[in-house]
Amino acid sequence: MISLLSTLLNGLSLGSVYAIIALGYTMVYGIAKMLNFAHGDVIMIGAYISFSAILYWNVPPILGFLLAMLVCTVLGIVIERLAYKPLRQATSLAVLITAIGISYLLQNGAQLIWGANTKAFPTMVSLPNATLFGGSITISNNTISLLGDQLKISGNMLVTILACVVIMVALTLFINKTKMGKAMRCVSEDKGAAELMGVDVNKTISLTFAIGSALAAVAGVLLCTSYPVLQPTTGAMPGIKAFTAAVFGGIGSIPGAMVGGILLGIIEKLGQTYVSDQLGDAFAFAVLIIVLLVKPTGLMGKKVHEKV
Amino acid sequence: MSLLKVDDIHVYYGAIHAIKGVSFEVNEGEIVTLIGANGAGKSTTLNTVAGLLKPRSGLITFDGKPLNNVPAAKTVSLGMALCPEGRRIFQQMTVKENLEMGGYTRPAKEVPASIEEMFERFPRLKEREKQIAGTLSGGEQQMLAIARAMMSKPRLLMLDEPSMGLAPILVEQIFDIIKELHAAGVTILLIEQNAQAALSVADRAYVMETGNITMEGPADELLHNDDVRKAYLGD
Ligand SMILES: Nc1ncnc2c1ncn2[C@@H]1O[C@H](COP(=O)(O)OP(=O)(O)OP(=O)(O)O)[C@@H](O)[C@H]1O
Ligand SMILES: [Mg+2]
Repeated sequence: MISLLSTLLNGLSLGSVYAIIALGYTMVYGIAKMLNFAHGDVIMIGAYISFSAILYWNVPPILGFLLAMLVCTVLGIVIERLAYKPLRQATSLAVLITAIGISYLLQNGAQLIWGANTKAFPTMVSLPNATLFGGSITISNNTISLLGDQLKISGNMLVTILACVVIMVALTLFINKTKMGKAMRCVSEDKGAAELMGVDVNKTISLTFAIGSALAAVAGVLLCTSYPVLQPTTGAMPGIKAFTAAVFGGIGSIPGAMVGGILLGIIEKLGQTYVSDQLGDAFAFAVLIIVLLVKPTGLMGKKVHEKV
Repeated sequence: MSLLKVDDIHVYYGAIHAIKGVSFEVNEGEIVTLIGANGAGKSTTLNTVAGLLKPRSGLITFDGKPLNNVPAAKTVSLGMALCPEGRRIFQQMTVKENLEMGGYTRPAKEVPASIEEMFERFPRLKEREKQIAGTLSGGEQQMLAIARAMMSKPRLLMLDEPSMGLAPILVEQIFDIIKELHAAGVTILLIEQNAQAALSVADRAYVMETGNITMEGPADELLHNDDVRKAYLGD
């Protein structure tokens, strides 16, 4: 029972990272109607930036993290301007190939700057040691122990899950309540009609890339705090998994990306724990295939109502 | 004085020459209608005026200012609104959100009052304020599309086939709305399949055929013109 709970918590934490990355895929898909396969590599750049800031420039972890967000935001906007914007009218295949090209460019660029060997990512989260509620909760070594030491939650896990919750709430409010968020939903539904309302479509697309890339930086730092090895290909696998999660939840749907990411993380951990340590990924992908066979639009894929 | 003046525009879709030198004008306070068969280029003309398409040559002026390099997103704030063919309301947003988007270029504090005005004019929409627009009936969607276009307080309202697909009783309602808006001082450029209704409500009319304007004149004259009656009124 405790082991199941612990597996679920691990899955929730991993799934939170997938969800944050999946949000970037799904928002860009929803608005620019393209699959930005370089998104996973922006994660890696974010992780390297905070790594360098903390270890080389001796910046406090929180500032290193904010710097990573800033750099990735700019990177996302620049990638869109230089690589994707000229291809607005091009075939989706041309855009896809360009995205793959950008992905390699980022990986090779990182290799040039930081080298190919793996780096040990610094500790980002440090919890104070404490004993709470008469010893029923103890915190030591950055780990919270509950239920008489049987259930352990690491500080990294806690921060990851909390960050995911904050992002989900903030993004949902932004999309549904702010003028800019509503403009994004309009562009995602009908670019031409959005323009007729006075919405600047180019700016909206830029903003989407900016938000998606800032989230990628958050995901990169969270990922590397939990799995502290960093190399130029670090973003590739989580990128593909998060893309899967976005499709699983229904690509283009923001709640879908959140649910899809979290479920994928949980399924992967359940598979690893109860099926086979090596087959966690295969198990997760199998579930994806089944979901898509039953519901091709994904869990929360958009049903478009059309009336003539 | 002419509010909108279109002078010899040519519009292409790739290699397809869709508009071949079209000129017309709309004076302040008029209802002008553009009629013609399917594929004549009516929608292309309106979309070009609204800035969604760029003319390859020719000149469009609105209120005396040239519009050629003004993107669609900027034409709204100049005072024109297009209620596009097929309505194109935001299906996944609520009725109220659609209206808010119509007022996108206006100061935020003026928008709620304008929404109330629209609800007064279209009580059916008020009852459905929180409904997802995609679930509205065809007639309700058309009212929403017109109301959304009106939210920008346009001087020139362009309507592309507002009666398309509606039952006769609703068509009548839509034309009543057009008359009301006109009486309230809005200049209207109207495209219609329903030439009879369009010519009855309009001051002046232009007839389009395969990318050209082939006839123009006062609407009641065209309404009684034999060629027009044969071609567009089914006589
Ligand atoms: N996106 C497009 N790409 C290529 N050709 C187009 C496109 N849109 C319209 N056309 C062509 O341009 C011509 C004019 O079309 P348009 O939609 O302006 O006609 P219309 O007069 O509005 O017709 P309808 O009454 O059927 O709405 C048609 O021959 C049409 O096939
Ligand atoms: Mg048309």
